[in-house]
Amino acid sequence: MKDQSCVYIKKEWDIVAARQMGRDIAIKVGFGTVDQARIATAISELARNIYLYAGAGKICFEAIETVQKKGINIKAIDEGPGISDLAQVMEDGYSTSGGLGAGLPGVKRLMDEFDIISKSGEGTTIESTKWLR
Amino acid sequence: MEKVLKDLVLDNSDEIVRMWIDQAKKNQHKEFYQSISEEMLENTNREFVNVIFDGIKKGEMAKTPLDEFAERLINLGWPLTYLTDGMQVFRRSVVKFIIQKWDELDFSEAEHVYELGDEYFSWVLEKVDEWVDPLINELVSEYSGSWENIVSLQRSALQELSAPLIPVMDNITIMPLIGTIDTERAKMVMESLLDGVIKHNAEVVLIDITGVPVVDTMVAHHIIQAAEAVRLIGSRCILVGIRPEIAQTIVSLGIDLGKFPTKSSLRKGFQTALELTNREIVEDRNQEQEIENLIDSLDRSDNE
Repeated sequence: MKDQSCVYIKKEWDIVAARQMGRDIAIKVGFGTVDQARIATAISELARNIYLYAGAGKICFEAIETVQKKGINIKAIDEGPGISDLAQVMEDGYSTSGGLGAGLPGVKRLMDEFDIISKSGEGTTIESTKWLR
Repeated sequence: MEKVLKDLVLDNSDEIVRMWIDQAKKNQHKEFYQSISEEMLENTNREFVNVIFDGIKKGEMAKTPLDEFAERLINLGWPLTYLTDGMQVFRRSVVKFIIQKWDELDFSEAEHVYELGDEYFSWVLEKVDEWVDPLINELVSEYSGSWENIVSLQRSALQELSAPLIPVMDNITIMPLIGTIDTERAKMVMESLLDGVIKHNAEVVLIDITGVPVVDTMVAHHIIQAAEAVRLIGSRCILVGIRPEIAQTIVSLGIDLGKFPTKSSLRKGFQTALELTNREIVEDRNQEQEIENLIDSLDRSDNE
């Protein structure tokens, strides 16, 4: 485990900043172009969700390095309204904002590990990891 | 600034400058300063402190030299913290110096100072603040003003190249998209696309996303909407420039782009567009052949 860095999401352009930082870390860890694009897209989805639904929050990155494997850990933390029905948001095609509804299930498919904790009225924390193979 | 204090500071400017430079150097160990030569830093420090002292000498803070100095630093890309740190160090140095020399000061012209007793310390602080604060404000507003200016210029520059529409030939138009697409830009893309299709009487529009770094659900959603709108006004959309890694993320996200044709490159998309408008590229072989024949015959006659 080593350095952790965070980007605060308040404006739409902060999504770009988060993406850039995630991509930089992914390059440092040693991911190839395809995985870089996957990670950047996942970050984009998570950051956009914060911007759209919670208004403000942060995305934290951590480069993971153990003896067996390397990877990148992404945490999206917000104190927004929370998600009332987790099963529903993980369904493809479900959206409350008129979008495609592919965001969260998409992130789950783009990354290797995906965990979501949310309490109505208290906020949401999504943690996701991609391993380098 | 009380005259006594002012005289004291001005008479001992060398001493204060020395204190200031010593202090300032301690702060200047951060990353940025390592990229600057020692000489340059030294010179700038000296100039900075001279600008401050010049201001004091002239009574009213002379704005021009200060503004000029700030502007030069901005152009060189020095951080704002250099100026604010510098001013704070200056404040501390001056206060420290005045307190040190307090007992030697003569306040015969301003006797009320003696009545302060032990509270003279806060009085000195207040006086120095009165004098340094406007300077800090001036520098900060100069600095942020220049940044705001740059940002607004860049925003309008970005807007200018946001969503260009290029009519390449009758009925075929291309919209190359470069850079990040945010909500505002997506709106402009849609507007200029629909306007352009009507204006150029385009039958086929090629949207080129070679230069879009990330296609997430929002970007895809906007593209799908734009394509749908184009279809409604009777034209066709072809999405081109889908890089392999983007294709993979689109599949992973589960985005359905099946409603309109997509191609990997602009070139392939253009060929499809030609087919859709019942045209094809025909190479003018006859003329080339003729020229080759001519050259051949010339070669032959040379050899003979």
